[in-house]
Amino acid sequence: MDFTYTETQDMIRDTLARFLADTYDFEKRKVMIASSAGRDAGIWSALATELGMLGAPFAEEHGGLGGGALENALIMEEMGKVIAIEPYLQTVVIGGGALKAVGGAVADAVIPGIIGGEVVIGFAYAEPQGRYDLANIRTSAKADGAGYVLNGHKGVVYAAPWATHLLVTARTGGGNRERAGVELFLIDANAKGITRRDYPTVDGSQASEIYFENVAIPGEALLPGGIDLIEKIVDEATVAVCAEATGVMEKLHQGTLDYSKQRTQFGQPIGRFQVLQHRMVDMFMEVEQARSMVLMATLKLDLPSAQRKAAVSACKSKVSKGANFVGQNAIQTHGGIGITQELAIGHYFKRATIIEGHFGSADYHLDRYEQLTLAE
Amino acid sequence: MQLEFSAEELAFQQEVRTFIAENYPQELRGKQDEGDELAKEDFLAWHKVLYNKGWVAPAWPVEYGGTGWTATQRFIWSEETARADCIRLMPFGLAMVGPVIYTFGTPEQKAKFLPRILSGEDWWCQGYSEPGSGSDLASLRTMAVQDGSDYVVNGQKTWTTMAQHADWGFFLVRTDKEAKQQEGISFLLVDMKSPGITVRPIITLGGEHEVNEVWLEDVRVPVENRVYEENKGWTCAKFLLAHERTGIAGVASSKRGVDKIKSIARAEQDGDKPLIANAFFKRKIAELEIDLTALEFTELRSLAGANAGKGPGPESSLLKIKGSEIQQRLTELALEAVGHYGAPYFRGFGEGDNEHPIGPDYAHRAAPTYFNTRKTTIYGGSNEIQRNIIAKMVLGL
Ligand SMILES: Cc1cc2nc3c(=O)[nH]c(=O)nc-3n(C[C@H](O)[C@H](O)[C@H](O)COP(=O)(O)OP(=O)(O)OC[C@H]3O[C@@H](n4cnc5c(N)ncnc54)[C@H](O)[C@@H]3O)c2cc1C
Repeated sequence: MDFTYTETQDMIRDTLARFLADTYDFEKRKVMIASSAGRDAGIWSALATELGMLGAPFAEEHGGLGGGALENALIMEEMGKVIAIEPYLQTVVIGGGALKAVGGAVADAVIPGIIGGEVVIGFAYAEPQGRYDLANIRTSAKADGAGYVLNGHKGVVYAAPWATHLLVTARTGGGNRERAGVELFLIDANAKGITRRDYPTVDGSQASEIYFENVAIPGEALLPGGIDLIEKIVDEATVAVCAEATGVMEKLHQGTLDYSKQRTQFGQPIGRFQVLQHRMVDMFMEVEQARSMVLMATLKLDLPSAQRKAAVSACKSKVSKGANFVGQNAIQTHGGIGITQELAIGHYFKRATIIEGHFGSADYHLDRYEQLTLAE
Repeated sequence: MQLEFSAEELAFQQEVRTFIAENYPQELRGKQDEGDELAKEDFLAWHKVLYNKGWVAPAWPVEYGGTGWTATQRFIWSEETARADCIRLMPFGLAMVGPVIYTFGTPEQKAKFLPRILSGEDWWCQGYSEPGSGSDLASLRTMAVQDGSDYVVNGQKTWTTMAQHADWGFFLVRTDKEAKQQEGISFLLVDMKSPGITVRPIITLGGEHEVNEVWLEDVRVPVENRVYEENKGWTCAKFLLAHERTGIAGVASSKRGVDKIKSIARAEQDGDKPLIANAFFKRKIAELEIDLTALEFTELRSLAGANAGKGPGPESSLLKIKGSEIQQRLTELALEAVGHYGAPYFRGFGEGDNEHPIGPDYAHRAAPTYFNTRKTTIYGGSNEIQRNIIAKMVLGL
């Protein structure tokens, strides 16, 4: 057993931290979010070309750094610390994860573009009726000659307004909620027949409702693997988002600690009040446990699917609860100033809140964990 | 002791229901259904209806314009207004400064201010908190120095709710620097249009503009606008805080909130069933409802005590703590219920913008409301401070 990071991993973390501290200063973040594009595309290019960061989890033969899930977790945690809105999760973790899993010509064609920063991927999986069930989809992909025709509606697709490609889950057969027939497609985001309605999200990002109307796609767009592949990449993404959460939670905790030392009431720093001390200790313990769970789940991502799923669900339910606790108590301990847009703390709280439900709430994952591990 | 309403009480309940059904402003109903932010005129529309009926201030003594209702009738009133999803009137005039004025004010102050609070002509705000004085309110530093028949006021207030719309504000100011903290404070009624007042917006997490900074620079306030004696303002403030806390339990509106959660959970799909069939979610609703019942009967016991002539005491802190926690849990459940559709940020219907919000109607305010409602455990004396009060005043620790 060895829990130490390699030199390369340490270097990735440090380089990225330095870069983000400058580019994602809170005021700059505000400006880019308020801009018409809702982001600063130059940051994504710099991550690719100046830092080589977008190649972290890819094989060297594709031009990557040869890493994997651990590197993704490191990077997501740093993103969390500055509440970055970069589409790393969607493009590198999810899109890249799917491409690595299927390999072959499509991987050779698209991965270099991801590493180079030219490709941005939106993951179109959720549907209004589906909640967190990946097989509860109605979007259809009907075989048509050598290709398929897509029809349907996907909701709340983060990063879609910036995307060059969409990774879409759709049904080639089977009834609503059936696992069989669910497939994954990588398609051109601007294909004919796709309409988008773009909007900002409460946590500072951009997302879209996407409507497919008789969108003709080639046969190679299907990434073979079905629901098993989709579950695997969503599990990887779930751990990545938990890693991001640890960064967000650390900042919520640290910001609260700092504030409690500066803010005086009744002639003393509020951090002297024991009830607040214990609360900040509880927050600290949630951050540490979140870190532990992310490490645990990351290291178990390659186990057989039942074990992998149980580990990921254990991680997500714990982290969702922790993010909830840490976020709410960070605001409470700040008092009135915590609920204003002025301070960064409230923006971390918003991101923590959305992460709570991302890829399934605490209860959803507790339920999945029970079903996998507590069969009668 | 009995739980059922008497025949007269039932008749009163019917009267209230009919009145609301026939008189609640339709436009307001429409805006509420759309989830729009409400403007001052919206609050005034309902206020005026109640004023014309003579029901705008049920808690006030009859001689000042109250209804003379029993505690049970008042309970029925708040139940029925919540059941019908009527908006809550702004508390600053009716529930806060009004009672201070009829309890501590001069006959002239009563004659001047009370009728205009009742009619809705004057809109009030509360100028207590300062950047350096939140929980430790008695440390406040805004100074009032007497100059002839005026006080000259200098300082800064913050978190002043609705100051952007207010005609008048009730302010706590320091009139004696040397005295012990609580003993050097006075209670002033300030015309918000006075020269020297600047109101600056503070935008809160859900994107709302409800609170403000208020700067006072050489603001002249006639001495006759001081309520009660000089340096005795803390007495008024304490009286008012106790009043503020009982209202804050919000039992009736939380009941309505539970109904709304249930209807969302019936509309949302979870697999092939509605979300309300999900064992986890159902249990959360049940727990919330049980906690709300406990709060309701604690409030009823406290009301019974108040009827028997005991004023609201430190136990009102219990109502504030539990009431505010329940309000927060309601918003948390709503956000959980809407799933993915909590994320889209809907900026509201701007001028000429009639694009429909993303997702179901009940979803688009769920996240902003959850963010915003973190305030309930912070304002009105934070829940930590309320627990300190119970520890000290009730438990004797
Ligand atoms: C939405 C909103 C509307 C408001 N409207 C008004 C208004 O209209 N008029 C007005 O005058 N004020 C208003 N307030 C101000 C409100 O009353 C204060 O926010 C509140 O008193 C807390 O003060 P603070 O924000 O300075 O927090 P602080 O007092 O700085 O408290 C920070 C944290 O420390 C804790 N703390 C402080 N002292 C102790 C202690 N002794 N023991 C344990 N914990 C402690 C607090 O509970 C809190 O968690 C409003 C506030 C909000 C959020």
